[in-house]
Amino acid sequence: MNATDAARPTTFREAATLPPAESPLRRTLRRFLRHRLAVLGLFVIFVLVVLAVTASETAALKQNLPLANKPPTPDHLLGTDRNGRDVLARTLLGGRVSLLVGLVAVLVATLIGTVLGALAGFYRTADFVIMRVVDIVMSFPIIVLLLVAVAVLGPGLTNMMIMVGLITWTVPCRIVRGQFLQLREADYVTAAKVIGVRDRSIVISHILPNSIAPLLVYASLGVASVVLLEAGLSYLGLGIQPPTPSWGNILNDARNVTTFERQAWQWAPAGVLTVVFVLAVNFVGDGLRDAFDPKSTNR
Amino acid sequence: MGTYILRRVLIAIPILLGITILVFTFLAIAPGDPVSAFIRPELANNEAMRKVIIERYGLDQPLPVRYLRWLGEALQGNLGYAAVGGLPIAQTVGRGLLASSTLMLTALGIGILVGIPLGVISALRQYSKLDFSLTGLAFLGVSTPSFMLGLAALWLLGLQLRLFPIGGMQDPKVPFNIPDFLGHLALPAMVLGVAYVAELMRYTRASMLETINTLYVTTAESKGLPPRTVVIRHAFRNALIPVLTIIGLSLPAMVGGAVITESVFSWPGVGLMMVQGVAQRDYPMIMGITLVLGIVVLLANLLTDITYAVADPRIRY
Repeated sequence: MNATDAARPTTFREAATLPPAESPLRRTLRRFLRHRLAVLGLFVIFVLVVLAVTASETAALKQNLPLANKPPTPDHLLGTDRNGRDVLARTLLGGRVSLLVGLVAVLVATLIGTVLGALAGFYRTADFVIMRVVDIVMSFPIIVLLLVAVAVLGPGLTNMMIMVGLITWTVPCRIVRGQFLQLREADYVTAAKVIGVRDRSIVISHILPNSIAPLLVYASLGVASVVLLEAGLSYLGLGIQPPTPSWGNILNDARNVTTFERQAWQWAPAGVLTVVFVLAVNFVGDGLRDAFDPKSTNR
Repeated sequence: MGTYILRRVLIAIPILLGITILVFTFLAIAPGDPVSAFIRPELANNEAMRKVIIERYGLDQPLPVRYLRWLGEALQGNLGYAAVGGLPIAQTVGRGLLASSTLMLTALGIGILVGIPLGVISALRQYSKLDFSLTGLAFLGVSTPSFMLGLAALWLLGLQLRLFPIGGMQDPKVPFNIPDFLGHLALPAMVLGVAYVAELMRYTRASMLETINTLYVTTAESKGLPPRTVVIRHAFRNALIPVLTIIGLSLPAMVGGAVITESVFSWPGVGLMMVQGVAQRDYPMIMGITLVLGIVVLLANLLTDITYAVADPRIRY
């Protein structure tokens, strides 16, 4: 449709002959696919996930002490670590653990954040209390709260996923609350109230679906930031505990000066994959944001 | 103006109290003997001393009473003694804060001096090749975590090329001197600075693009003012306002990023102290640092809000 057509209102007769309107989902998908870097990012993530899912646990944990600290050979494409374990297998399995932590933690955070954000956005009294808690939690850097939690609860895979979820829920909470505050006054919500729809159904079927788009953008970027938190914490030796490998605790080997200086093949691949993953997720997040934004000029 | 600042300060007070309650709760549920936290370790088994401490800090009292007493002590600057090493926490954290802020402020300085001019140039040449490369690099900079960059830089520039010392704040073999200190500061400050440069560049560019398209800039141009004056006096000054907020708001994330980066470079700041505290389960130390960091972030946010109000007279509260 060109500009002059758009300016003139469509008559009913014309509307009947127009092709059916594109559904919002299709439009979003089309816009996303136009974002070339986002599609590339999605492909990279897909490859990493497939590699992580198919990673072999036995290969990653099998020790072979006589072959310790060997540089890359055809047998061990990325060499071996100080216990003679295959670095490639460990890096791939480490990806599984890191991505799992990212997904579960974001899921926990989204659940808590959505429930509290919905309460805050719908009931004014709940709003005051919940938002003050959000203010307090947000006045600490996440990593600091996480370190405190590790000090009290101890490190480990399960603890890590739950703790990160319990600390980072403030972001989805704010997103959902913002959506609710906006939509609480929308005409169709008033209409639903007037015809006697219960609060619960209004929230679940009329308001919540509108929060999905921003939540999806948050979740994609959230997984990347949790993967980074895991990497940082495990690098310090306070996250996932060995022998389970994760990208972070493989990097922990770099705390040993000799390994850091002379055996870069042991830790560099995990670091590179972490950065590649985070970059890919950022591209996808950018693409999603553009695709969902109805005001975006990139039609 | 005065009432606005007063109101912001008043809002900050309950949040500050909330921070202290959070910290105290953790301290109370943390495993370990609360009495030892207040005694110099060499006196820890002295029964009379223990009695005095229990009496003085009311450790036999219910939690709310203990909280108030702890708060009273904390307000007077007594954060107790570290479980490891036994030094007064306030003093140790103070030293760490000095080291950390030197590092952070240097990094922030690099960010401001490099990021803001690049953002302006990028906006003035929108869609040029230069703009595309700069925005691309900024995207990379924002996405690359500081500590990974730190590891890579330390490995390449510190260990392989031997251009920089590989950690710490000074060479332990020589007495403290400025060139040695600056040499140790350079690499971690540049690594943290990259994140600031990227972030500030992105925001300055976006903000400049917005102001360039406003009517008052068009007016200034049509009056026949030289382009330099239009860009600097009319567009740039207004574009800086949102950038100020970003500097303040990104502070918690930056402090967080610095925690791990400090460990990478063994920089003796609060981040490294915190990590050591957690590794050694030194609860009084952890809590002291958490409290101080919470207060620092709160103050920075307060300062941001006030600067914002001062810098933009159009805003009336």
